[in-house]
Order: sequence, then C-alpha cells, then structure tokens
Amino acid sequence: MVKQGMKSVGLGLLLSLTAIRASADYSWNFPEPVTPMALDTLNVHNKFMLITAIIFFVVLAIMIYSIFAHRKSKQYKPVTDKAPSTAVEIFWTLIPFVILLLIDFVIMGIPAYHSVVMMEDTRDKATMVIKVTGSQWRWQYEYLDGDAQGIKLVSNLTTTEDEMKNKAEKKEHYLLEVDNHLVLPVGEKVRILMTATDVLHNWWVPQFGSSRLAVPGFIRETWVQVDKAGTYRGQCKELCGKGHGYMPVVVDAVPMDQYKVWVAAKKEEIAKADAGADKEWTKEDLVATGKGVYEKNCAVCHQVNGAGLPPAFPAMTGSKIILAPIFGADGKYLKDSHLDRILNGKGVMPAWKSTLNDTDIAAVITYERNALGNSVGDMIQPSQVKAARQ
Amino acid sequence: MSTTTVAHDAEHHDHPTGIMRWLTTTNHKDIGTMYLTFSLIMFFVGGAMILGIRAELFKPGLQLMNPDFFNQLIGVHALIMIFAALMPAATGFANWMIPLQIGAPDMALPRLNNWGFWLLPPSAILLTLPFTLALFGIGDGALATGWTFYPPLSVQGGIGVDFAIFAVHLLGISSVLGSINIIVTLFNMRAPGMTLMKMPMFAWGWLITAFLLIATIPVLAGAVTMLLTDRHFGTHFFDAAGGGDPVMFQHLFWFFGHPEVYILLLPVWGFIPQILETFSRKPMYGYKAQVYSLWAIGALAIVVWAHHFFTAGMPVPALLYFMYSTMAISLPLAVLFFCWIKTMWKGSMSFETPMLFAVGWIILFGIGGLTGLVLADVAADAQYHNSYFVVAHFHYTLFAGGIMGIMAGVYYWLPKMTGNMYNEKLGKLHFWLTAISFNLTFIPQFFVGLAGMPRRIPDYALQFAEFNAISSVAAFVLGISQLLFAYNIIMCARGGKKATDQVWEGAKGLEWTLPSPPPYHSFTEQPTIK
Repeated sequence: MVKQGMKSVGLGLLLSLTAIRASADYSWNFPEPVTPMALDTLNVHNKFMLITAIIFFVVLAIMIYSIFAHRKSKQYKPVTDKAPSTAVEIFWTLIPFVILLLIDFVIMGIPAYHSVVMMEDTRDKATMVIKVTGSQWRWQYEYLDGDAQGIKLVSNLTTTEDEMKNKAEKKEHYLLEVDNHLVLPVGEKVRILMTATDVLHNWWVPQFGSSRLAVPGFIRETWVQVDKAGTYRGQCKELCGKGHGYMPVVVDAVPMDQYKVWVAAKKEEIAKADAGADKEWTKEDLVATGKGVYEKNCAVCHQVNGAGLPPAFPAMTGSKIILAPIFGADGKYLKDSHLDRILNGKGVMPAWKSTLNDTDIAAVITYERNALGNSVGDMIQPSQVKAARQ
Repeated sequence: MSTTTVAHDAEHHDHPTGIMRWLTTTNHKDIGTMYLTFSLIMFFVGGAMILGIRAELFKPGLQLMNPDFFNQLIGVHALIMIFAALMPAATGFANWMIPLQIGAPDMALPRLNNWGFWLLPPSAILLTLPFTLALFGIGDGALATGWTFYPPLSVQGGIGVDFAIFAVHLLGISSVLGSINIIVTLFNMRAPGMTLMKMPMFAWGWLITAFLLIATIPVLAGAVTMLLTDRHFGTHFFDAAGGGDPVMFQHLFWFFGHPEVYILLLPVWGFIPQILETFSRKPMYGYKAQVYSLWAIGALAIVVWAHHFFTAGMPVPALLYFMYSTMAISLPLAVLFFCWIKTMWKGSMSFETPMLFAVGWIILFGIGGLTGLVLADVAADAQYHNSYFVVAHFHYTLFAGGIMGIMAGVYYWLPKMTGNMYNEKLGKLHFWLTAISFNLTFIPQFFVGLAGMPRRIPDYALQFAEFNAISSVAAFVLGISQLLFAYNIIMCARGGKKATDQVWEGAKGLEWTLPSPPPYHSFTEQPTIK
C-alpha cells in the first residue's frame, strides 16, 4: 500500500510538473530586481533558499532511507538507543547544533545584518524626497524638494468595472494600471516619506524590494533607487477595505533629461491651473469639470449616483452638509460646511486641500450642489477656494 | 477502597441520558468527545468558506462575490480554523487523553471543564451570525478586516467587528479555563511514581501550551477591548489624532498571536513522538532533550512577536533583535526534528494511517519550519510579507503542522475512544489524497507570492492566473477528501472490528492498559509507576 502510494505521488508530481512546463507564463522567483535593495533581497533569498533546500533534502533522504530500510515487513529488529555518554559521542551530538548556529547567525545572519542596515538607511546620498500617501483606495504622490517641488499626483485605478465583471476583455495590465504614474529619475536615490489618511496601507513594488506600512498620523520612511528605466507595477499589500485589490502602484523610471522635461511640463500645467483659479467661471463649466473630478476621486466611496454606502460613506443626495450654506455673514467659510469638509476632511473623509487644486475643489463643490439629485443653485469660484486656503 | 468503588458505580448509573447527558456532563471523556465533534464540524464550516474564496480566485475577474464579502470570508475562515477547529481539537485530546495517560480518574476541575466547552458554541454563533443578519438587512456582514483586527480598518468596520470581539472574549475565557484545568490536573493528579520527568510527552506539550495560553490570552482580550472602546466610547488607543498609535495594536495582537502558533503546535509535538515510538516499536529518543526543547520554544515564543510586522517601521536594533531571536527558534526545533527522526531510525516500522500522517507531518511541517527561518530575514521579509508566500508558509505550519497532526492523533486514538477499529484502507486513501492535494494547493502559492501577488485581494492581475487555477482545483480535491475523514470517524464510532486494549502492537503507556473504550471513570484505582 505504502509503495503503491509512493508511486502515485511520484506520478502525480511528475504529471503536474510537465503540465506546468507546457505553458510559459509561470514565474518561479522574485521578478527582475531594478534597485540595489531588490538585488540584495534576491541574493539573500536565493542563498537562504539554497541552504534550507539542502537541509531539507539531506534530512528527507535520511528519513526516506530509514523508512525503507527499518521496517517491520523486512523483519528489521529495533535497536536500543542510548544517550551519548563518552566525550566523543557528545562532541558528535553537538556538531549539528554548531552547524545550525553557524548557519543562523553567520552564514545567514551576517548578510541579513547588512541588508537591514542598507534598507533602513534612508538619508545618505538621497537626492530628492517624495511623500507617498495612501488613502481608500488610491495613492497620492507629492514632490517635496528640488525642481519638482509642488508637483502633486493622485493615482487612480483605470481598469473598468466591465473588465472586472468579465463584461469586457481584460487589458494587458488588468488591475495594475493607473491614470497618473509616479515618475522618478533613473539612478537617483529617492527618499520616500510614507503616510496614510484613513487606514493602514502598504506601498509595494516587487521589483524595488521595498515595502513599508503607511500609517495614518505617522510618517514612515523608505527609499528607492531605480537603476533601470522602465515602468514598474505593484500593489497595496495591507488589507485596507473593499478596495484593497484596486489600488495599484505604477512607477515610471525615466532618464534624468526626460525627467526634467516631465517636471517642466507638470509645472506648466500647475501654472495654468493657478491661472484658471483667478478667472471667473460659469456654473455650467464648473459643473462639467466637477463631474470628472467627482467620478475620479469621490465616486469610489460616495458612488457615481451620489447614493453613498451608508453608514461608512454617506449619501451626497440630500446631504445636510451640501444643502447648508458655505459662507457665513462675515464672508468666511463656516465650520463643518461643504467647503470645510472637502478642504480639511473629518474622520474617514480625507482632507483634499493638498491633493486637489482650487479649480478642482470649486468644480466638485459646485457639481455636488447642483447635480446628484441636489439643486442648491449656488456656486463657488476657484478664487474663493484660493482665498479660503489662506 | 471497595466502598469508593461502589459509590462510583452508583454515580455511573445515575447520570442523565440524551441531550441532558451532554449539557450537564462533567466526565472528561464526554467533554473530550464534544470538543472533538465541535472541532470537526467547525473544520468543515471554515473549509467551506475557504472553498468559496478559492472558487472566486479560480480565474481573474469577480465571478461569485463582491470584495467586501470576500474580506469577510477570509477573516472568519482564519478565526474559525484557529479558534474553533484547531484549538478545540487539541483541548479535546487533552480532555480525553491526559487523565488516561497520567492514571487519573478524571480532570481536576470537572464543572469548569463543562463550562469551558459550552462557551464554544455561542462564540461560534457570534462569529458567523453577522452573515445571517446581513441577509435580513441588519448590519453589513461579518468581520471584514482579516482575523488580525488591525485598526483603523477595524474601527471603521461594521457590527461584524463587535461580534468577533465578543466571540474572541468567549473563546479566550474558554481557553484559559481549559488551561487552568490542565495545569491543575497535571500538577495534582499524576499516578504515584509519575514524576514530571516521567510524564508522557503529550502531557508536557499541553502543560507548556497551557502556560502560554494563560500568559497571552489576557493580552489579546485587553487589545480587543481597547479596540471596542475605540469603536464605541471615544477612546484613542489606536488613533493618532488622539495620541494613540495604530501599530501598537499590532504589538499587542502579535504578543498573543505568535505564541498562539505554538499553542496550536505544542500539543501536536507532544503526541507525534508517541505515535512514532508506537509504530517504530522503540522508545522515543531524547525524552529529556525534547522536554527542554519544548520549554525553550515556549519561552522564545513570547519574545519574537514583532517579526509579524517587520515592514511596519521599527528602529534598526529592534529589527535585528526580532530577526535573530526568531532565527534562534530553529535551534530547539532542530533538536526536536532530530529526536523524531532518531526515534524512527533503526526501529521496526509499520505504516498504519497514524504513522503515515506522522511521517508526512514531519516532512510537510519541515517545509513550514524552513520557510519560517527564511521569513525571519528582515530584508527578504519586505518581499514575502503579506504576499502569498506567507499564506503558503503558514498553511504548511498550521494545516500540515497543525491539522494533519491532529488527524494523526485522531486515527491513533480513535480505536481507544470508540472501542472499534476504523477502516484502514479509507484512512490511507485519506492520507494520500490529503498530502498530495495539500501540496498542489500550496506549492503554487509560494511561487505566486514570490512573483508579487499580495494576499487578501479578491481579484488579481493576469500573470497570476495559472498558479491560482491549479491551487483552486487542488483545494477542492483537498476539501472533498476530508469527507472521507468524517465518514471514517462516523463509521468507526458506530461499529466495526473490535479494538484490543493495546490497539497497536507497539503502543506503550497507561492509556493502553485500560479497555477500549475505557470505563466511565477512567482509573478508579491509581496505577503505580515504577
């Protein structure tokens, strides 16, 4: 019975292995590393896997030998074990212990030490700093210094619901594509400050080898130095609610000259938006712009039709906050008004003042007041939002 | 002496029958049977949940459920498997076997024992009730945070979180009561001549487990209570805006959570050597070394917790400490592996179902242990953490190391408990189906994790599709194979070839000196150990 069983295991494994070999889309190890940290991680992983595999197969071989040699069906007579008594026996008993100490704390321990120190060294030689903010369910990026200072990106999933529900064909980067990629220059050490607005998130790109928890109310640090140009994809890897599987990370690593071009273009965009903030908008234009802003940033919680998902995410339709006036008699915006809530957030609702520009905020407020089943009738100009920020 | 025997017999005839027998019983074997039955039922409940998950993950796209329901299933699956399947199974064995193994008439605190069990069904109901309530429009379903309750997500969550918190409280009380009972029994009711260092290994495994439970369950209870007050009474233990820290919860949770792994495994490490010595027909090797190793692992278990969240951000010295202390667990564990294999070495082995499970257990649990050693490395852990690599790793330790170990124990002791032999052919078939489909389920998960698939996602990128499909198919084979296990147990309880007192040719120990099944009051006269 045992022998037959063994044969069927062997056969089963062989069959499944050949089945696996037949197709090409299998990956057996970490994806190609593109940062010093990922390279180090891969080396450490390979080395440890080799050591543990050797231990495993040596022990397994001894066991299997015993299983076949020392069986009752072969009339093998059990021996009587004695505890080691002489110095020589004790020496040989200690040998495996010493080998294991060596493996744990020298062969594996010393490279592990160096990797940890390298991983945690976020400051030396870092040429730029970006802030990564996780929120349900998108990543936001902010460039904190250098030429790019002031550039802010909100990165939303672009995979459509039809693709997820199998109503449309899934595109190549299904669940791993966003509207705004984070752009980083190749070969520069980038210090990353990590935080979150609502619950825990974890920013992870497998090819970078770094992953760090984003904790609301705290700043955590990590760093990347992408040495090869390309587009790299990862995902949030801390359970953060129903949208956990839908907040991918996409990073474009580009050569320095291209990066500079990108920064200049982004800067121009910001200047244009600022100019837009000073001009007088019509209500229709604001509502039209606001619809896009709403569907990109708000609809994931408050739903496209404004019905919300109570109790966590209240409905927009008939919301008390939306129906109430924004400004008081003195011309300043009221506490807990529509504008206050969007600028500063409260509880689960994130603060949008650092991610959306004046025009976007004015547009989305005007949209929410005059669509989604609401008809307050008033509007707010980007210039008023700008003033409210002061 | 003769008067006491008469008194016991009288009591025997008095005890109630039918449902009242089970509700009011204080008999260690009845309670043990209830624990084991409860565990088997919950094993299938938790298993059905995960098959729902595997069906959803069979191919990319959302086919069967929305992401929120998916999140509820994964968390409740884990809580049920850990607290309602594995732990009660170990406690069931403790109830059945500890008095038999140490020559006692019953457990020391029989009424406490009854209560310890009857706390379990209500907590299982608390865990699963929110699913049903949601169907009637009450609340939004069960706990959707994973079994770890991490705030702020768990502060944000619905009533499922509150239900789970109270379920954990009840389960915790039940475990602590059970532990107190076991410690008192082991310290006071051993047969004359049975010194601590002559106790059966299973009793040792449970003694250390009991101490670990008493040391860590209150910390979990405290943590979830803090969570409850954060949710409803305006405290800010885990809210940065009020001076709290979400990561503090992780420290508290894993201060319980890591010892919990050993709580699940130590009882198994106790009886596996007993199975090995029985079927190798040769006394276990290194009894003392094994006892000291169990203690060493128990002690290390409570000082390594932070390796569960290396990526949360910690100072370098803390990272190094938790890394090296975690690696140190491999030393006593290696001693245990050495002793287990040395027990088999040059024995006269035969391979009945319990032995097949025990040997398969050593190999598969070995894979779990070795991948655990690799996971201790902080830098590599940044990649493994919360990926499917970790999922595969802890299923090698908890399914292979935990549940397959329990199965070895079931086949080993079932003839003693029921007085009948189980169907050996079915048992062997069950073993091979389980071992093969288990590997085919979880080996692909190692690879898909290395390739970068995070755990707890309801849908995944296209490059992960093939491995997930293999894993799902194998998981269904694994799940369905367990019906054989249940069938075999039920048939064995109902009848079959009568078992002898010793049951197994090589079985040694007090439990094998009693008739199969043992009398109502196990040892009415204490045996003496030389």
